[in-house]
Amino acid sequence: MRLLINKIVLGLSIFSAVLGLGFLAWILITLFIKGVSSLHFGLFLNDLIDGGLRNLIIGQFVMAAIASVIGIPVGMLAGIYIREYGYDSKFADSIRNLSDIMMSAPSIVIGAFVYAVVVVPSGGASGFAGSIALAIMMVPIVINTTDNMLSLVPKELREAGIALGASKYKVIFDIIIKAAKVGIMTGILLAFARIIGETAPLLFTSETSNYFTLDLTQAFPSLTVSIYDLANDVEEKSRDLAWAASFILTVLVLIINLTGRFITRNKH
Amino acid sequence: MPVIDIKNFSFTYASAPKPSLNGINLPIKEGKITALIGPSGCGKSTLLRSLNRIHDLYPGNKYEGEILLKDLKTGKFENILDIKKENDFIRLRQTVGMIFQKPTPFPMSIFDNVAYGLRIEGIKNKTELEGRVEEALKGAALWEEVKDRLNKSAMGLSGGQQQRLCIARAVAVKPEVLLFDEPTSALDPISTGAIEELIVELKNEVSIAIVTHNMQQASRISDYTAFMYLGDLVEFDETETIFLNPKEKRTEDYIMGRFG
Repeated sequence: MRLLINKIVLGLSIFSAVLGLGFLAWILITLFIKGVSSLHFGLFLNDLIDGGLRNLIIGQFVMAAIASVIGIPVGMLAGIYIREYGYDSKFADSIRNLSDIMMSAPSIVIGAFVYAVVVVPSGGASGFAGSIALAIMMVPIVINTTDNMLSLVPKELREAGIALGASKYKVIFDIIIKAAKVGIMTGILLAFARIIGETAPLLFTSETSNYFTLDLTQAFPSLTVSIYDLANDVEEKSRDLAWAASFILTVLVLIINLTGRFITRNKH
Repeated sequence: MPVIDIKNFSFTYASAPKPSLNGINLPIKEGKITALIGPSGCGKSTLLRSLNRIHDLYPGNKYEGEILLKDLKTGKFENILDIKKENDFIRLRQTVGMIFQKPTPFPMSIFDNVAYGLRIEGIKNKTELEGRVEEALKGAALWEEVKDRLNKSAMGLSGGQQQRLCIARAVAVKPEVLLFDEPTSALDPISTGAIEELIVELKNEVSIAIVTHNMQQASRISDYTAFMYLGDLVEFDETETIFLNPKEKRTEDYIMGRFG
């Protein structure tokens, strides 16, 4: 009887695993076939107005980069606070919980929030609003990573620093962060990979643009938002472009993810 | 002559309902090795960690009584439980150094590890730093093994070497007292032997208090031994007396291995 149950559970597990992986493979294969057939070098040289993707790829990276410049320091400092200074205080605990909730907040809600507090008062969509929305997505992920990675640093290392007469902030920044560096870097990279592929927070904050621009006060070119527009277009040429753009985005996210994993693996 | 005189000292952890140490009276004698022994949970580590107030890293702990530390230059005693200012804490911890159970090399080069405390002390001159680092590494019997790779990461050293590096790091700032919290329990017998030899040599320069689970170790290296049980100091005397002729029944039972 136990053997039978064992076999049934094993069978179900294998079936579910194959089902899950099957869909993933299906997505990747479809993307590959449709994407590669529409892919050509001109996509990287021309802007969307001329049938290329150059401005969109650059725009997406610029917004993600600005989001990182805002989100990484804020997230890291908050993570350092709740792990190194807050101890088990209620305040630190509530920040940790809030951050966990924020991490699972639907991204469209964050987009709507930034629309209400930035886009409407400033009179229109802008690259800056898009960056802020992405930064808000990023902060809780960085908080969580920093918190977790710092928790893996043995407390003896902190005590050893203190025992040499170092002050607390010096121990944290000289020793503890260095000890947790690889983990935190990986987490940041994964957070970047996460926001670079986001659509919903940008949909009505940065919107998108057919032209190349670095002016953050105007609607800003976004690869993901344009994929959404192009995929809904009646013209087949636009839909092909959407496939090519999706393929490029997937490859980019994959590369960033794999780099993150590679760094972690090299550590061990 | 005591360099540290613990008087009627009690300690209560932040969330604990009753003290972990009850009215301890114990001298740490100058230029000698004092071993703290006793079964797990007897408070020996708690006591050791009070001597440089490392407990203050965590909020809410309570100290009572006095821990008097002698300033070897002036001969005056200061109650370290009165320390409140950051600067005074730095001075205390550079006077009373600490070595932990697990080696704690910092994630930086061997040189920077040993220079860490010196830089905190304010030494910036490169020649002076190099001299002090070399002196400390020689003092910790590590110089010959690492002199060609001072700029390599300390994480690449073996466990025993890492522990000697930590000793060098603590010795570099020329403390009066060194506290060892089970310094060899994570090491193999050969590294343990090397560390024990080193500790015995160090007593020419510093006074030493060592917590150990290993009674042979206590009898091999220490001059004085304190036996603790359930937060009380049961007996303190010269090591030979404690091991061969203890006055208390509980001390004898523990040393004979009847409990522990």
